[in-house]
Amino acid sequence: MGAETEIQLIAALTAAGCAIPGVFLVLRRMSMTSDSITHTILLGIVLAFFAVNDLSSPVLLFGAALMGTVTVWLTELLTKTRLVSEDSATGIVFPLLFSIAVILITRYAGSAHLDTDSVLLGELAFAPFDRMIVLGTDIGAKGLYISGGLLALNIIFVSVFFKELTVVSFDPVLAAVMGFSPAVIHYSLMTAASLTAVGAFESVGSVLVTAFMIAPAAAAYLLTDDLKQMLVLAVLIGASSGLLGYHTAMLFDVSIAGSMACWTGIFFVAAAGFGIFSGKVKGRKIKGGNVILKK
Amino acid sequence: MNIFSDIFSDYTFGVVALGSAALGTVSGVLGSFAVLRKQSLLGDGVSHSALPGVVAAFLLTGIKSSGTLLFGALAAGLAAAFLINFFVKRTKVKFDAALATVMSAFFGFGTVLLTCAQKIPDSTQAGLSAFIYGQASSMLKSDVVLIICCSAVLITGVLIFWKEFKVFSFDKDFSVQLGYSERFISLLLTFMTVAAVILGIQTVGVVLMSAMLIAPAAAARQWSGSLSGTVVLAAVFGAFSGVIGSYASAVSDDLPTGPAIVVAASAIAVASILFAPKRGIVKRFIQRKECRIRLTMQKNSGGEGRD
Repeated sequence: MGAETEIQLIAALTAAGCAIPGVFLVLRRMSMTSDSITHTILLGIVLAFFAVNDLSSPVLLFGAALMGTVTVWLTELLTKTRLVSEDSATGIVFPLLFSIAVILITRYAGSAHLDTDSVLLGELAFAPFDRMIVLGTDIGAKGLYISGGLLALNIIFVSVFFKELTVVSFDPVLAAVMGFSPAVIHYSLMTAASLTAVGAFESVGSVLVTAFMIAPAAAAYLLTDDLKQMLVLAVLIGASSGLLGYHTAMLFDVSIAGSMACWTGIFFVAAAGFGIFSGKVKGRKIKGGNVILKK
Repeated sequence: MNIFSDIFSDYTFGVVALGSAALGTVSGVLGSFAVLRKQSLLGDGVSHSALPGVVAAFLLTGIKSSGTLLFGALAAGLAAAFLINFFVKRTKVKFDAALATVMSAFFGFGTVLLTCAQKIPDSTQAGLSAFIYGQASSMLKSDVVLIICCSAVLITGVLIFWKEFKVFSFDKDFSVQLGYSERFISLLLTFMTVAAVILGIQTVGVVLMSAMLIAPAAAARQWSGSLSGTVVLAAVFGAFSGVIGSYASAVSDDLPTGPAIVVAASAIAVASILFAPKRGIVKRFIQRKECRIRLTMQKNSGGEGRD
């Protein structure tokens, strides 16, 4: 497999994998949680790095995923005091953890190849250089396995817990009455989102993970009212943004991850335009009556 | 060592501390309104969205002065705020999703432009990425003058429109009934918040600017029940964390200023949430305990009476 094909595959798989937990984040109005998680995983990586002192250790990814869940937990803890609103709690927790991470890196990890730039921005073009070697044979880029694994993990998670996730997202009280624990489902979803963010940030950078999680899901949300359709649409939009982003980046010789994020934005704008247009058409059909305005 | 003597003796530190203090003040004041309106994350969105503006301003003019770059940032930030508002109003997408989408798409575009800028053969583009994390230690005297002037204008603006902002933040319908234009006030408040955020990105960076908006305001809210009290306290907390953060980074070799300021502001917020005299967690805990003791005593005496 050529390097170009590998990059395209990684881009498409990563974006598709991110879109799945994103759908539930959008539905539960927790979109900014993805932004918060993607920032704080840096602290998880730094702390795990201090513990094992090895940048290629899988412990780093574990630490990062754990920190993502801890962030959600801390934010909820702060919200539960009812002294600050939920958005303020998010806005207090993640900058604090991110600042601590940046301070730790500049103070203690100066000599290690751990810099905020690579975590925050990522570089997909280098992904094919990191090979997966099993028993001495090269079986493809590591990123390919990570992104493919994450997509598979998310698909399995959502298909196994589809009913639970649906009920918890739309009606948490009903879910509790039916005997599902909203908290368990909630934290599993948050762990899935953190794992996905951790897997994705290496190739696309942490800030842009938000783009792949939320934008395709938000676009799909505008196009359909059905959860299954929304999931499929979000994955398709994510994957197409990955491929289109790659080719645009090659055409203009710019950042791949950046142009992928731009494409998710373009898809969202297109979906919004479609929504507004079809809304207007539908609105006109009601003659004499009030046009129902969407809020 | 004394902070105040340091301000007068060390020129660099004095400049940085003064700039950070002014920044903390203005973000505290405008942050109070953002927190009240439950739009505190708007600052996060706007500051991320400013990146393409910064780079585009540089690419178009080729000048790397703070004024030009901040103007570009302001334009991009306003465009993002406008787009978020538009999507929330015109489509069924909620505020959080619109915010996350717009800000990450803008940031993505920013990184695209950044790679374009890096292709310019001479090294003039170096340092543009400092906007991502902020670089308070490189603050010049002219930057500080700019920050102080803009802060003064913004704070005066808040004072002039105090009544309107107050009514609008607490009861939008009432403010419309009073004859204030909802659109105008909302636009003005958003514009001023965006301006404050943009002023700060050079110092604390796009990622951390949102904390400067939220933390001082959330801390102040714990101590005061009135809007004027909250705003004044938030300004004081903001200025204080600006000075403490820049002081800490001045005395320690490799402590970045932006994160240091944010840690100081967050520490104040956490301490306030824990120890505020009226609604703090500790106070609440003590009250609950006292209540329990009183109840047990009553129960015991009541039980004896019945016997």
